[in-house]
Amino acid sequence: MVHWLKRITSTLLALAVTFSTGAVYAQGTIKVMYTDPLSGPFAQVGDQNLQQFKYIIDYINGRGGALGRKFELVSFDNKSQPSEALLALKAATDQNIPVIMQCSGSNIAAALIEGVDKHNERNPTNRIVYVNCGAVATELTNEKCSFWHFRMDAHVGMKAETMVRALPKDVTKVYLLNQDYLFGQSVQRDMKAFLTKLRPDVKVVGDELIPLGKVKDFSPYVTKIKASGAQALITGNWGPDMTLLIKAGMDSGLDIRYYTMYAHLGGGATAIGPAGNGKVRSVMAFHENIAVETGKTDTEGWTRQFRAQHDFDFYAAGFRTIFEFLQAAMNKAGSADPLKFAQALEGLTITDMLGYQVTMRKPDHQILSEYFVGVFTKGVKYDSEKTGLGWKTETTVLPKDLDQPNTCNMKRPTS
Amino acid sequence: MEVLLVSLLNGLVYGMLLFMLASGLTLIFSMMGVLNFAHASMYMLGAYFAFSVSRVIGFWPALVVAPVLCGGLGALIEMYALRRVHKNGHIAELLFTVGLAFIIEKSVQMAWGLLPVAYRVPAVLDRPLFHVYGSNFHAYRGFMLLVSAVMFGLIWLLLTRTRIGLVIQAALTHPDMVGALGHNVPRVFTIVFAGGSALAGLAGVIGGNYLVTEPSMAVTMGPIVFVVVVFGGLGSLAGCFIASLIMGLVQTFAVVLDVSFADLLAHLGLKVTSATPLAEFLTIPLPRVGALLPYLMLILVLLLKPRGLMGTRDT
Amino acid sequence: MSEGLVRTGAPALAAGRAGGLLRRQWPWLATLAFALIVPWFSFDWTTGRHSGFIVSMLSQIGIMIIFALSYNMLMGQAGLLSFGHAVFLGLGGYTTAHVVNAAKSGTLPIPLELTPLVGGLGGLAFALALGYFATKQRATAFAMITLGIGELVTSCALMFQTFFGGEGGVSTNRMTGHSLFGLGYAPPIQVYYLIVGWTAISVALMLLLTRTPLGRMANACRDNFERAQFVGYDPRMVRFFQFALSGFFAGIAGALYTLTYEIVTYDTVAGALSANALLMTYIGGVGVFAGPVVGAVLIVLLQSWVSLLSNSWLVYAGVLFILMVTFAPGGLAGLVLMHQPIWRAGRLGRLAGPYLRLVVPALLVVVGFVLVIELCSFLTIGAAQGKSFTLSHVTIDPRTAGPWAAAAVLLAGGGVWLRYAIGGFGAAWARVTEEIKATGMRA
Repeated sequence: MVHWLKRITSTLLALAVTFSTGAVYAQGTIKVMYTDPLSGPFAQVGDQNLQQFKYIIDYINGRGGALGRKFELVSFDNKSQPSEALLALKAATDQNIPVIMQCSGSNIAAALIEGVDKHNERNPTNRIVYVNCGAVATELTNEKCSFWHFRMDAHVGMKAETMVRALPKDVTKVYLLNQDYLFGQSVQRDMKAFLTKLRPDVKVVGDELIPLGKVKDFSPYVTKIKASGAQALITGNWGPDMTLLIKAGMDSGLDIRYYTMYAHLGGGATAIGPAGNGKVRSVMAFHENIAVETGKTDTEGWTRQFRAQHDFDFYAAGFRTIFEFLQAAMNKAGSADPLKFAQALEGLTITDMLGYQVTMRKPDHQILSEYFVGVFTKGVKYDSEKTGLGWKTETTVLPKDLDQPNTCNMKRPTS
Repeated sequence: MEVLLVSLLNGLVYGMLLFMLASGLTLIFSMMGVLNFAHASMYMLGAYFAFSVSRVIGFWPALVVAPVLCGGLGALIEMYALRRVHKNGHIAELLFTVGLAFIIEKSVQMAWGLLPVAYRVPAVLDRPLFHVYGSNFHAYRGFMLLVSAVMFGLIWLLLTRTRIGLVIQAALTHPDMVGALGHNVPRVFTIVFAGGSALAGLAGVIGGNYLVTEPSMAVTMGPIVFVVVVFGGLGSLAGCFIASLIMGLVQTFAVVLDVSFADLLAHLGLKVTSATPLAEFLTIPLPRVGALLPYLMLILVLLLKPRGLMGTRDT
Repeated sequence: MSEGLVRTGAPALAAGRAGGLLRRQWPWLATLAFALIVPWFSFDWTTGRHSGFIVSMLSQIGIMIIFALSYNMLMGQAGLLSFGHAVFLGLGGYTTAHVVNAAKSGTLPIPLELTPLVGGLGGLAFALALGYFATKQRATAFAMITLGIGELVTSCALMFQTFFGGEGGVSTNRMTGHSLFGLGYAPPIQVYYLIVGWTAISVALMLLLTRTPLGRMANACRDNFERAQFVGYDPRMVRFFQFALSGFFAGIAGALYTLTYEIVTYDTVAGALSANALLMTYIGGVGVFAGPVVGAVLIVLLQSWVSLLSNSWLVYAGVLFILMVTFAPGGLAGLVLMHQPIWRAGRLGRLAGPYLRLVVPALLVVVGFVLVIELCSFLTIGAAQGKSFTLSHVTIDPRTAGPWAAAAVLLAGGGVWLRYAIGGFGAAWARVTEEIKATGMRA
């Protein structure tokens, strides 16, 4: 009887999914598939992104969308698994959705780049473009690059260079501490390379790798850092690995500058708290006080409205750049066909909401945008997560300074 | 010498935090044979309850109220749900706690949101206690040591000096005999489950503001607690205490000892280059794998002593 | 039974055996036939292509069937609870990835159809190496050793680049150009049929294994390992061989995973996948050979399909587990098998009425419960994400009292009705069983 049950249920389900995903290529909206963890222990990643995407898409649609049509976001929970992300890809191509976006996890991004490449090669009438909104491993636009992949965030190499440029002249001893996997090892490698190139006077007095997500007590590391006499701690850690490290350092009175990549993202400010005043720095694409510092009042008003309606601060300026690029590329190509607008997108330059000229570099599909190093401090107009402290720009690096060489050798489709 | 002393102190604090979390699980696992995957969820709930309560009436009352809430919840779960599953075997109980962990996690996400919450150390404790070779020893860490030591002392007294404690100790190793002697074993089970949950909640109250309080804290703390409990041995609270300290010290000292297999081989005269097979593995320095040593130690101990270090019973 | 004795002659005997095989194994054959045609239900006749999503999900089901059955070799048949079984699926997958890459570059021209065998051998090799240590102990010690092994291998997979490719994993291209049937394996549907083939082979092999002396001794060691020693076999060696063979089949599943997704990353060895195996096997039914098959289908559908409809799918999964372990410890297959004596006595029709009377209240309770959970979720999380609660074009606003009241009524009313209906069902069941017992005694 179980076999009959299975038979009936499978049939019903198969039909149900067909009908629910069946609307083939609606002329109405331009759909964009977005996949990230939306459930389970890391659900806040996808959740915050969704909220910001909604705000941005409403804004872009208010300005005409693209080709006279509105954008529509379709979300798919990938539960941090590459196999689920590939399932999202299949769901997207079944519905002829032209773009798939993913922001979190270089392992998932690697799977998607390969998956999209193979799918487009084997199904030339049903192609899709992969927009990478946050997976930053340098290899993805170098060894693993692909024509169909567009990265809309600075990669590890660019962030590392920004950090090195932000190191003050009086800092000569730095300590590196990173997570022991592809991303953390990239940070380690790139930091050392850029220090050698741009700041040969700086000595790396310590270089640690920690197992991902396993260390709860960072005080022994703090002991070592103190013993080394380092003046700056540079880390690519994210999540508890970052917050616990900083907390341990502050608790033991370590007099050091913290340079991070993710302290400005959701939860970082809360976890660090007022004790981090003036000590913690982060490499970021945006914080809400930049518009104040540069006098762009319309952008300031726009992000202020987001703050008023949500319980966290707006940080994803890059997401708005994504949609502005999609809008510009589709309008330029006159079509939402993946090949056409991808060809229009590469090499395109637009002005982003902070007023900088941002380019989608043609050889490797890596975005060239401005980057900042901000310090967590009192006395700024917009504070972070109601802690009373916020981010203030310490260093600005222009897009042209981040135009790093690349080893990409992508195959370009002709039709 | 400086490094030794500081590391000893650090290892002790971390070990005591592990003990707070593991003690409750040892009692539950030893007594009922239940691999309670929801134990770390109780830890998380303790931290969140303390966060909410401390915003209304302050941290010190929360220190008492939150564990009581967790204990109450544990008692309800045991009486109305776990008891029914008990007759279906250990795996059924395990899966039950897994389902419970899912539900608790989602409930926490819905009630307090997906981001970390601002559960902070109380101001009076947020200062250095004393200086050790130039670094501060934070007062809150001293507080953690104090609470866990007091907790250990109280449990010890409870188990060895009170009647109910003696019954619990007996039921830890011979539950059927205790039942045959006329004691209300189901009620003992409820008390132990509630007590274990309260201990986990207390660990959450203490640890939540020292570490980070967020919905994924249960998942990240879970595995290491099981390792400590089984390493220490089933049926032995003292074993759990010793195991926690050993794990804490080993992980701490592993960070400060910068050696690798290649160094060891170099002492023996064998040089390891990048062309040597398994070179990637041989050149790993100890700090990189420090947090993995507990698992390795667990496997080694279990191979030699299947009941754990000081275990007195199988499940 | 008396008919069997009457048959004479070898051809008649063989034909009888073949016919008997068909009669006995018709559920498996019917399922195989169904598996072959099911992708065509969602075939889009206008564009001439399969639904990629459905084919991927079906491929995942096939892979998980093999994985869950191999897990049951340990749990159900040998009584060994393992927390690190995914290690062998993942390691088999990594091995296959390297071999397929070698095939593509020409160094090892193995036809793609045989690569699952390579994965199986990889899984076997690692299971022999790791199992040597793990099987020295049994019960809780064994479980915790496998937990430790799982964590260590996961961390290694993140740290080491040569074999594991680090976080980005090892990617491969299944279009190697070597194939026994001359297929290119570009369309996913071809990979699906390859999976169906290997699933059939694996299921048959594992079924046969349960009938071998090793399989029987594993059952004996599970039931009473002390007494099993007196038969003459060392329970440790029995455990060891059973562990190694289950690693072999897990490796086959891993190889099929590599061929489907063309990338293997560290999450194929991680604890989450091992936990999945446990869930699938237990929910499906540990005591029945076909149980894990049912469990695998259900869990994959739950994870990949229900999660599309709701972000609270974990809550539903949790509640399902709790209900199953409390009321149906034999799993779904166990529930079905409880009906076997009634079916054999031909009285299954008598239960149709009581079952129908259960359906409506059960549906009300389920709908009410789902409504409550979804309302809570939308109120707290979903609203900010810009989602609205729509049920077939009707928007439900969680901020009004209406939906909450409806949910409460459904839940409470349905609950009361269900209790009453369950009582009636129990009485009907008892009546039928008593009748059967009475007739049995007379015959």
